Amino acid sequence: MQTALTQRLEIPSFYTWVGIGALISALGTAAAFYMEHNGHHVTGMNNQVFWGLPHVFAIFLIVAASGALNVASIGTVFGKKVYKPRGPLSGLLAITMLAAGLFVIMLDLGRADRLIIAMTHVNWTSVFGWNMVLYPVFFGLVGLYAWLLLDRKMYAYSKVAGTAAFIWRLVMTTGTGSIFGFVVARQAYNSAIIAPMFIIMSFAWGLAMFLLFQSAMYKWQGTQINEAIRQRLNNVLGTFVAAVAYFVIVYHLTNIYFAKQTAFEHFILVSGGIYPQLFWGGFVVLGTILPLLLVFVPSLRSMPSSSTLASIFTILGGLAFLYVFIIGGQAYPLDMFPGMEVKSTFFDGAIDPYAPSMPEILLSIGGFGLFFLLSLLAVRVLPFMPQDDIAKLQASGALHD
Amino acid sequence: MNEPQDKSRRSFVGTAAIAGAGLGTLALAPGLHLIQVSEANTPTAGASSKVRWGMLIDTTKCASGCDACVKACATENGINETLKDARQGSQWIRKIDLKNPKTGQEHSLPMLCQHCEHPPCVDVCPTGASMKRADGIVLVDRHICIGCRYCMLACPYKARSLVHMPLTEQNPEVPRGQGCVESCTFCVQRVDKGLKPACVEACPEGAMLFGDLNDPNSEIAQRVAKEKTTQVRGDLNLNLGVRYQGI
Repeated sequence: MQTALTQRLEIPSFYTWVGIGALISALGTAAAFYMEHNGHHVTGMNNQVFWGLPHVFAIFLIVAASGALNVASIGTVFGKKVYKPRGPLSGLLAITMLAAGLFVIMLDLGRADRLIIAMTHVNWTSVFGWNMVLYPVFFGLVGLYAWLLLDRKMYAYSKVAGTAAFIWRLVMTTGTGSIFGFVVARQAYNSAIIAPMFIIMSFAWGLAMFLLFQSAMYKWQGTQINEAIRQRLNNVLGTFVAAVAYFVIVYHLTNIYFAKQTAFEHFILVSGGIYPQLFWGGFVVLGTILPLLLVFVPSLRSMPSSSTLASIFTILGGLAFLYVFIIGGQAYPLDMFPGMEVKSTFFDGAIDPYAPSMPEILLSIGGFGLFFLLSLLAVRVLPFMPQDDIAKLQASGALHD
Repeated sequence: MNEPQDKSRRSFVGTAAIAGAGLGTLALAPGLHLIQVSEANTPTAGASSKVRWGMLIDTTKCASGCDACVKACATENGINETLKDARQGSQWIRKIDLKNPKTGQEHSLPMLCQHCEHPPCVDVCPTGASMKRADGIVLVDRHICIGCRYCMLACPYKARSLVHMPLTEQNPEVPRGQGCVESCTFCVQRVDKGLKPACVEACPEGAMLFGDLNDPNSEIAQRVAKEKTTQVRGDLNLNLGVRYQGI
């Protein structure tokens, strides 16, 4: 029987970091209160682009949450020993990221005060309705799994819980993708590929968030991750980033091939101003090409900071993709009368000039603040810091298996 | 030790309840009782599934630049708030102008909730606030709408609006609320009294016809049966309650 090797972390300037995390979270909460009190007219959102920047950040965190669990799954479900000491941290970050994502999306509701109604009145034909089961069970399963990994006496049961959590996270992200995939009304969505695309995105974004937080923990501890392990994680990140690119290419090619979608694709990829800029500059160059170079070009991958940089770029690329996907998908007008020129007093046929307002920006960043704060507190009080027994791994040949 | 107090409180509550019940049955005037007053607005019967309310819009009669239907809707439903950004305002009904670039042919038409038989907004609503009455009218229950806007994403007609600011001077028969989503109700408060929707009544050209699509003797059912009508985005197979002619 083997337990995950972990320890509690002594964090230099702990209270300063707590203060920073708390301040960002508090600003986000205050912004949400301001929006709730005044109404959504203080945001840049309107009745055409009604899901704005908060949804980009919330969905990023929710998708990444399920992907952050991958590290634990590779250890427990697929038996890779290098990943086992990272299992508890992986579970923790999955929980804190999901909590932060839900914090943003729920505080952006038109009636955030009615949150309880979402739990007492559930419509089971709604993908949002499914979330009332998907998210709480995810919290429960991952919490149980992390406990089993940390408790020496209970470790034997961790494989069952880990497998259940792994399956559940796939179901959960299928749900998140289907929020869009099942929408028949819009050119940007209504595609069966969106759910699997979101799953592979969760792999990349979740791992990037995990690696970034893990690198901060090593820095706080004043140690460095073993180079062989760092390179293995780099390889996995690169593979996931490449797989995301593949799915995004197929998604767009499908749309381009359908004549009725080509005008939309032209908007998103060529003529739509901020959207093609973010797609090509943000997602393709920053979020795909740069991470791939950083993790696969020998001279770059040997730089100690290559993992951290690749993770940051993957995260920025993910946010850029979601901005284009969510906001660009609404900014482009609905095509109700194909082949006709359309205009109305309510901007039918017109591109929406959405720009986020300060309260939206603060609420969105508040999600990252809350994720950081919760994770920071947890690694301070419970043993989540991975401890690699390199000699043992090397002796058993597990370091490179 | 508290028992005597409890007893006296209980007996007070009991007496008050009896007195209240007595007051309720008190006759204020011959035939008019307090309790009856409180029930005055209770509908005697729910919506009937035998009825399917629908609307037929003749775009050949609808004049470009005329917005009588839009104004009548706003007056009837108390949509009177002004927002700096018009994109944030509520639009229960709007006028759309269409032009065929190949033929130059132009149309003008009102666009509103299409009251689908299979409404995507109802499917996606997490709380069931979006709902369809037995008679086909699609509504939002203001008490359980949480303002998530998923229905707005799902609606193919841009027919739904989020209320972006606090409201005042509402029509008591048409409750609206900041942070909730809303859309055309076919003026359900009028329909339940046997009246037509405000837009239909206000149209100076008589371009809008309202009635029961299920009643073979109704004018709307007969015209839909005989004349060529269009469902907007008919490819989605939603079986709309609103049909257009001339496009």
